[in-house]
Amino acid sequence: MTLQVWTWILVGITFSLYIGIAIWSKASSTKDFYVAGGGVSPLANGLATAADWMSAASFISMAGIISFNGYDGSVYLMGWTGGYVLLALLLAPYLRKFGKFTVPDFIGDRYYSNVARAVAVFCALIVSFTYVAGQMRGVGLVFSRFLEVEINTGVLIGMVIVLFYAVLGGMKGITYTQVAQYCVLIFAFMVPAIFISIQMTDTAIPQIGFGSKGTDGVYLLDKLDGLHRDLGFHEYTSGSKSTLDMLFITAALMVGTAGLPHVIVRFFTVKKVSDARKSAAWALIFIAVLYTTAPAIALFSRTNLIETVSNVEYEKMPQWFTNWEDTGLLVFDDKNKDGIIQYVGDAKRNELTIDKDIMVLANPEIANLPNWVIALVAAGALAAALSTAAGLLLVISASVSHDLIKKMIKPTISEKGELRAARLSAVVAVIIAGYFGINPPDFVAATVALAFGLAAASFFPAITMGIFYKKMNKEGAISGMVVGIVLMLFYMLKFKFDWFGGGSKEDWWFGVSPEGFGTIAMLVNFVVAIVVSKFTPDPPVEVQELVETIRIPSGVGKAQDH
Amino acid sequence: MSQQKDLKKYWRTNLKYLVLLLSIWFTVSFLFGIILVDALNAIRLGGFKLGFWFAQQGAIYVFVILILVYIKLMNRLDKQYNVNE
Repeated sequence: MTLQVWTWILVGITFSLYIGIAIWSKASSTKDFYVAGGGVSPLANGLATAADWMSAASFISMAGIISFNGYDGSVYLMGWTGGYVLLALLLAPYLRKFGKFTVPDFIGDRYYSNVARAVAVFCALIVSFTYVAGQMRGVGLVFSRFLEVEINTGVLIGMVIVLFYAVLGGMKGITYTQVAQYCVLIFAFMVPAIFISIQMTDTAIPQIGFGSKGTDGVYLLDKLDGLHRDLGFHEYTSGSKSTLDMLFITAALMVGTAGLPHVIVRFFTVKKVSDARKSAAWALIFIAVLYTTAPAIALFSRTNLIETVSNVEYEKMPQWFTNWEDTGLLVFDDKNKDGIIQYVGDAKRNELTIDKDIMVLANPEIANLPNWVIALVAAGALAAALSTAAGLLLVISASVSHDLIKKMIKPTISEKGELRAARLSAVVAVIIAGYFGINPPDFVAATVALAFGLAAASFFPAITMGIFYKKMNKEGAISGMVVGIVLMLFYMLKFKFDWFGGGSKEDWWFGVSPEGFGTIAMLVNFVVAIVVSKFTPDPPVEVQELVETIRIPSGVGKAQDH
Repeated sequence: MSQQKDLKKYWRTNLKYLVLLLSIWFTVSFLFGIILVDALNAIRLGGFKLGFWFAQQGAIYVFVILILVYIKLMNRLDKQYNVNE
């Protein structure tokens, strides 16, 4: 069977599965819609969190980034897993005990102020929209390459599917489709990795193959380091970024992970505090499977790629090469007109430009794996993109219907009315996200990484101090969040988009890149909040008592009542 | 009043666990994976340079273990202070 037929079959099967689950798990109350009724088992929640978290960026882009940057790519591996330690230890159990529906709920109640709530809603919307646009683009990319439909048609199909199960099932539908999506995406990620690991090292476990000898008896990592030196790239296992920047980027990604509303909200769906802890562990275990495999894939595909293309005649390139050339994501420019591909570190002589995003998708083809494996990767990438998009859309719709309408604009709204508002705002959010997927503004790719900086700069300090610092008051928290997010936005706009006079790498403050600046903005948020709180009145006694209760696991039922 | 005092003690023990676990978290990632990476790279772990291994594999394994240990410690603590659900 051809690749295209296989892809249609696998995508068809997985999509019908998602729709089937959505019909089975229709939401009938706002509690179903926002937190899946609050009775999800820790294992199911762990699976759902893992799928929710691992987006098109984790599935498609990350291994590619590591493949091209070697050691420098470690920031993503440590940053996007280490954040779960913070989440499990500092946030999840306490937020579960608090027991409401959204992150702005916590901020608004803990800081006894609708201004704080509004600031939190604003931050949640900015973070989620920048993130969701990138997912839609991922869906379009997969459709256009594997199913040879227009990117736009691909985005539309993705929109309809997400719309269907997010609007119908809310959090409940999303949770159980995410469980299925995790299974699809991890299977799709592991099968080619295992195949290639066996091909290259005789070990079925990619994590071990990563540190093994190749068929020629040389350790793969040493061999790749050698290839990189010969071709004039920087050595694979050592970095080119400054130590300080590595530290700041890793910290920003970790803290950002712990501050992302669509991840936090998943911990509201379990029954009790100990379940919240357990599901954080499950989530990280499921995530770690992919995250420890990704760097192995990066190494395998990098080695395969160099060996396939470097100093080989263009005429002899395999089919996948021309296929990707058609998408424009792989470009060969024969500068010295010798018909041979020179792939080297020196930009003047280099003739091959490869988009990082294609590595995971092209990898099985480069390794000559059977068509069904390649099709499986396409289905897996779609699962990753759709599951994250759905989680984000839910945050957006809950922010509007619950935090804005129910809590601020019209508190008298009925349960039914609120549910209708939630569904309606999910529809609007899908349409906006789809628009950005079809007309991707240039800044989408750049801002997905920065969404973490924004989350780190705004939510993380406000939430952790809300739990661990009883005397933090509304004046402190609000000024911290505002200063943090404004500073981060300013730095990002200045150095990424050339606003406010722009600036180059030399002008970075303390040599910290915009990706790592979230750490500084977060520290500033902490300092501002603490200083302001010292000069303003303590929070009311009831609020201090609320903090006392969220620190103790028992009595969840009571905290849940509205 | 004694219950109040108990809860204070519960919270303090919790904080002690957090400090301990987060120092390990910091050590394996920021210290071994980034700050000391060059020094550790002089040591080999099979085909891996040790610092590189921590940055791309080891830190992640330790993170998982940290959360599992945290669950164990907290479940015990909850029982001890009778605040489990």
